[in-house]
Amino acid sequence: MIKNILNLGDAALYCDFGKDVNKETNIQVIRYFKSIQNEDIEGINNLTPSYNKLIISFDLKKTNFQDLKNVIENLTVTNINDLKNKKVEIPVCTHDKFSLDIKRLEKILSISRDNIYKNFFNKEFFCYMTGFIAGMPFLGDLGNNMRAKRLETPRVKVPKGSVGLTEQFANIYTYESPGGWNIIGNTPLNIFDNAKEKDPNLINPGDTITFKEITEDQYRNYND
Amino acid sequence: MTKNYFEIIRAGINTTFQDQGRKNLYHIGIPFSGAMDNRNYLLVNKLVGNKLDHPVIEFAYQGPLLKYHGDKINIAISGDVNFKIKRNKIIIDGNCYQTFNIQNGDEIDIISTNKSVYGYLGIGGEIDLKYQWSSCSINTKANIGANGGKKFEDNQKINISKINNNINNNKLDYINTKIENIRIIKGTNFDYFSEKGKKIFFEKEFTVSKLSDRMGMRLEGPKIENIVDTNIKSEGLIKGVIQVPADGNPIIMLSDHGTIGGYPKIGVVISADYDKLVQLTPGSKIKFKEVELSSAESLFKLYELETQNLISRI
Repeated sequence: MIKNILNLGDAALYCDFGKDVNKETNIQVIRYFKSIQNEDIEGINNLTPSYNKLIISFDLKKTNFQDLKNVIENLTVTNINDLKNKKVEIPVCTHDKFSLDIKRLEKILSISRDNIYKNFFNKEFFCYMTGFIAGMPFLGDLGNNMRAKRLETPRVKVPKGSVGLTEQFANIYTYESPGGWNIIGNTPLNIFDNAKEKDPNLINPGDTITFKEITEDQYRNYND
Repeated sequence: MTKNYFEIIRAGINTTFQDQGRKNLYHIGIPFSGAMDNRNYLLVNKLVGNKLDHPVIEFAYQGPLLKYHGDKINIAISGDVNFKIKRNKIIIDGNCYQTFNIQNGDEIDIISTNKSVYGYLGIGGEIDLKYQWSSCSINTKANIGANGGKKFEDNQKINISKINNNINNNKLDYINTKIENIRIIKGTNFDYFSEKGKKIFFEKEFTVSKLSDRMGMRLEGPKIENIVDTNIKSEGLIKGVIQVPADGNPIIMLSDHGTIGGYPKIGVVISADYDKLVQLTPGSKIKFKEVELSSAESLFKLYELETQNLISRI
């Protein structure tokens, strides 16, 4: 449930769901996000769900903080069971040319390359949120032994499709972008398709994600 | 074949199509975009007889040089802009907030914005362009919107599919005012900063850095010290949010900002000051002043009334 609603400036509600970043808290955020989306409330411009927050920005010409806060506080939210989430499998090639930071991770985590990949490919991930750049999914949670900080100096260009790890999360660079995550492979799958007006994102908050290792040949032929 | 078009002889520094922007996409990582200075966007559309949410051409610093081919059409420019219209060998000095009826062979040379960043060229007619999520606004970082999501380049064409019939000559007396005091509401992480840091934020001057664009405005000045944590769990952003990363230099989120961020938020610029904020050029000195939410709401109402009043005078 929402613990507290503050104003973020004069045109947004800052809904706080608690300090902890975990799946249970995030599911509450997603429930509210989906319920508000379905209500089509006058004046709302945007909803941004994240780990433990939901930001609701609105058009100050049409509503205001207090009025919208009342609406949100009195909202009936969807049951967890009604969240229509899907399972997605993401093919990843871990060839040397894609696994830019695997050596760094072996050193930092003191785990062998093989075991890093074993841990990664055996894990079922949960999508907490998408954003920063269009369609980028934030997936958790990696085990405690797999958590590394981001690069001290971020790359100016991370290639499209790169799969990265930072702290308890994995993500996918949906297009070439600057970034500081530890890159361990690359997917040939298009995660964000800006030609699609409807559902441009392959992965959405609440979805379950697994990664499957593919060979360099399979990678090359994937989109044929 | 389109017979009415503008030929882009010189594209300018950052010339794009913009409109009201796109809603309901933050959750997938797509920012609002749209014209940076909304008041000047609305005024230029009214001047050329368009609907107020029509696409316009936004330019920054140096604008485009356009040559027109086709039947007579109205154009107008808003902002604080130095431009000329060349007809045969005659050169006319352009006035902002005034419609010009241009004809085949005329050139519009948008030389520069004066002590401001953005200007707008309104075209009295329908422009042939692509909409994405109900908006033509070009986001050059994500390549979304008209023109393949890219800024204009030399030798491109802007095709006009229909010219407005109402060829009225409109004029408005209006001068853009500058602001030095940016009014803000305290941010959700205000208490992450030391007493000294908070004092610096409200009392010292900051300088707008050259590293500012449609995504964000970076500021330089005395460092704002953080005593809690220089990172927060990534969460949603809105335009106007002032984030302070570990280096202590504030960054203000502007219309093409990343949708989520992990730096503490010290404040948020009030909606009433946003149009004037975006017009601050690198090197400008600014100070932050705190206002309460209720004042921010009243100030916005007042600003909106002023805008509506200007529109009704055209």
